[in-house]
Amino acid sequence: MARSNRPPKLLRNLSAKIAAIPMIATAIVIFVGCTAWTVAHSFTGSRLLPKLNWVGTKQYDRLWDANRWLQSVENIVIYGVCSLIFSLVIGFLLAALLDQKIRFENTFRTIFLYPFALSFIVTGLVWQWVLNPEFGIEKIVQGWGFEGFAFAPLQNQDWVIYGVLIAGLWQGTGFVMCLMLAGLRGIDEDIWKAARVDGIPMWKTYIFIVIPMMKGVLITALVIIAAGIVKVYDLVVAQTGGGPGIASEVPAKYVYDYMFKNQNLGQGFAASTVMLLTVLIILIPWAYLEFGRRKRG
Amino acid sequence: MEMTFARVGWAAGVLSATALCTAAMATELEVTHWWTSGGEAAAVAEFAKAFDAGGDTWVDGAIAGSGGVARPVIVSRILGGDPMGATQLNHGRQAEELVEAGLMLDLTDVAEAEGWRDIVNPVSLLDSCTVDGKIYCVPVNIHSWQWMWLSRKAYEEAGVDVPTNWDEFVAAAPALEEKGIVPLAMGQQAWQTAGAFSVLNVGLGGEELWKKVNVEKDADAAAGPEMARIFEAFGNARSLAAGSTVQDWNQATNMVITGKAGGQIMGDWAQGEFSLAGSKAGVDYECLPGLGIKEVISTGGDAFYFPKQDDAEIEAAQKRMASMMLSREVQVAFNLAKGSLPVRGDIDLSAANDCMKKGLEILAKGNILISGDQVLSADTQGQVEDLMVEFWNDTSITPADAQARYASIIADAD
Amino acid sequence: MGELAPGTMTGPRGPKPRKRLSARNIMLYGTLIVAALYYLLPLYVMVVTSLKGMPEIRLGNVFAPPLEITFEPWVKAWSSACTGLTCEGLSSGFWNSVQILIPSVVVSIAIASVNGYALANWKFRGSEMFFTILLFGAFIPYQVMIYPIVIILRELGLFSSLGGLVLVHTIFGMPILTLLFRNYFASLPEELFKAARVDGAGFWGIFFKVMMPMSLPIFVVAIILQVTGIWNDFLFGVIYAGTQNYPMTVQLNNIVNSVQGVKEYNVNMAATILTGLVPLVVYFVSGKLFVRGIAAGAVKG
Repeated sequence: MARSNRPPKLLRNLSAKIAAIPMIATAIVIFVGCTAWTVAHSFTGSRLLPKLNWVGTKQYDRLWDANRWLQSVENIVIYGVCSLIFSLVIGFLLAALLDQKIRFENTFRTIFLYPFALSFIVTGLVWQWVLNPEFGIEKIVQGWGFEGFAFAPLQNQDWVIYGVLIAGLWQGTGFVMCLMLAGLRGIDEDIWKAARVDGIPMWKTYIFIVIPMMKGVLITALVIIAAGIVKVYDLVVAQTGGGPGIASEVPAKYVYDYMFKNQNLGQGFAASTVMLLTVLIILIPWAYLEFGRRKRG
Repeated sequence: MEMTFARVGWAAGVLSATALCTAAMATELEVTHWWTSGGEAAAVAEFAKAFDAGGDTWVDGAIAGSGGVARPVIVSRILGGDPMGATQLNHGRQAEELVEAGLMLDLTDVAEAEGWRDIVNPVSLLDSCTVDGKIYCVPVNIHSWQWMWLSRKAYEEAGVDVPTNWDEFVAAAPALEEKGIVPLAMGQQAWQTAGAFSVLNVGLGGEELWKKVNVEKDADAAAGPEMARIFEAFGNARSLAAGSTVQDWNQATNMVITGKAGGQIMGDWAQGEFSLAGSKAGVDYECLPGLGIKEVISTGGDAFYFPKQDDAEIEAAQKRMASMMLSREVQVAFNLAKGSLPVRGDIDLSAANDCMKKGLEILAKGNILISGDQVLSADTQGQVEDLMVEFWNDTSITPADAQARYASIIADAD
Repeated sequence: MGELAPGTMTGPRGPKPRKRLSARNIMLYGTLIVAALYYLLPLYVMVVTSLKGMPEIRLGNVFAPPLEITFEPWVKAWSSACTGLTCEGLSSGFWNSVQILIPSVVVSIAIASVNGYALANWKFRGSEMFFTILLFGAFIPYQVMIYPIVIILRELGLFSSLGGLVLVHTIFGMPILTLLFRNYFASLPEELFKAARVDGAGFWGIFFKVMMPMSLPIFVVAIILQVTGIWNDFLFGVIYAGTQNYPMTVQLNNIVNSVQGVKEYNVNMAATILTGLVPLVVYFVSGKLFVRGIAAGAVKG
């Protein structure tokens, strides 16, 4: 980036650095410091209180031996992939539809966005009801005359995670749409005019011209969705409690339950270390590409 | 800034209030607990009333949801240097570390002055409050897991006699199923399945086997043929409960109340649900202690701990509260409201219902069993719960598989 | 597109179909309405349930409209539902929540917007590394941080105080907010920034005079995010704020999360709607601002 005509470097950097002190402090003390603390304690036998009684990799051995953890990992992969794809696709589609100079845009946008105002606890609770076979959707459709209709994802071990997904998407897609809409509105009207003049079909304009121009918004949306996926906890607790059996357990719930319910901080920290490591493995190459390329360019 | 001033003002107010009250010996104590439902809150109110009557003030700090919700809050506040006056915790092994870290008030002098060792029955409750010979908590009630609840309505509809033990219960199941009644009601939460397993373990296998596995952590016994029989029975119970899809334990109890299910294995707190619904013991429902095979009361329950504070006033008030909780009148009033058994053997509970009286008789006979909370760490209990709930919901796991995994948990147990 | 739909043949077809009943519009509005139904269904269930009495709820159809409308659950949730011994409903925590919300939202957005601005326009050595760490922080399950933060706040003397809670909200809001602002400022035309530099404006001058006025949409998005997160937060509030500052969600938890006894679903629903009202109102108000802000940004851009 050519910014050669800026005043002396030291002075300018100084004010930016001063302004960034809260950020630097948070990054170092909280996110690096506390993570290091957590990782260190994952090698201890801490129970109710954090202690430095080293036990080597015992907590990790146990973690990868635990059926519940393996099930949690499997679930988060399914939930994560589906949630990522559907959030982005639905969010973008809704935003694109709202961007067609339609009437009642305000009303529609509010309807899509309002679930985001509600906590995951509420979301889980309501969808537990709606999906309940005894008085929810299944009962209604059967009442319409479709006796054989069966739709009880929360009672089925194989489908329960998709039941959670329905609720998660309901809560979160509105905000993704909002971000996408902000991105679409940031795109110059002239680009649309030019595309129209050239006779490029609308869908092609979106995919090949508009979406590449929305990179910033897409990354923001991606990070927000992904962070939400990693941390999904309240929703599962409220909607299924991890059941039936252990079929809808997720890693964050494993961490939380082990830390506080089972009073085995070491095990909880080991599980969270594995989660953080996974995030790092994804994040570091991305950061390297993102920032490395910019320096070269 | 205003906020800061408000806080300083508030603090000053508290200080001066404390100063004023010193003469009257009255102190405010905040008490955290997770008793928020109707009957529980009524029971807490008995404590508060008695404490306030002594001239102090009970400041209620209820946080609903045990374990996962209330416990991190309680522990954080003690660690963060803002301890409450008193807090509920399950006694047994859960608070061990807080005591060892010197964060809890030593109540030994009160206990000795009032002779707790002589009045608390069974005395094992006091043992689980004791660390290195010193007493750190006040047990307030006894809740026993060892019960099974049966619906008269369901059995009448099926045209069979109400079972008097587990074998009869199993034998009567097909008749219920024919009428579309679920023989065994069971909620989806892990602690419910694990609890039911321990009741089967005690009822069918006897106390000795239960103790060998849970107290001595004998992995060979856990893998042995006697336990195999229990796992078979548990697998059988699983199929009897196939039609039960409810989530909460009280929804399962409600199935028994309404006759949609034949029975439920659940602790004595289920009585609260029956009485709320207006059901009468012996008329609408039956209770079988120890599955009708082995009449026994397991002595789980609740206790209060008093976090240490550097203030003689507060400490004195904490000790007043501790002694209040064990006093005769308060024990009667509290336990009647809570539906639990009192921790004192020397009081008269004539207002108790039939099932509670049955429990009191068993207690008086001394047929007691230490509770799982007292012998297994929360960690081990959590692992057992995970296993049991997985087994219960996944029919591809055979009883033998489950037993092998159970034995390995017991081998690592602490 | 559209020539087969009956009733749309009258007008000439142009590049921008403006007819009300064109096939395109039917598709467009049809899709939007179906989507809207999916989003509205649970709200409908909540409202309907909150207006029923318990006997009616036990009958079992969550979609049936109430036979007899009662506002009792609402009154109970607001003013008389019990939390242990105090039966003041949600009302007692409402002002505490407001007291937590306002400083937390203001401080966290102020700090994050400056961060984003510094990262987008005033890069310095290491700034991108700190930003990566910050992003990483967005993925940490916050439950893991509870104890270390208890210890940090205790050492700072901020444990059990409003200040401590504001700090916690600022910290945990920082990753996503900083990312939002950074990307937004980076997307603004660079010429504006350069022109201001030429005019001799400094770090703060450009921020307040050039960047802020152009950033209404992103501030609105940030406010939506923070109001929702902070208002709905339970765990941080109950752990770090101290009893005198307990937010409304503590009462909500106590109403909804009671382990024993009969669940009063109607009161639960009324309580959850009441608790959600503040973010909802913010959404309705900011929805308009959102559009206006975008329009303003478009004119200047």
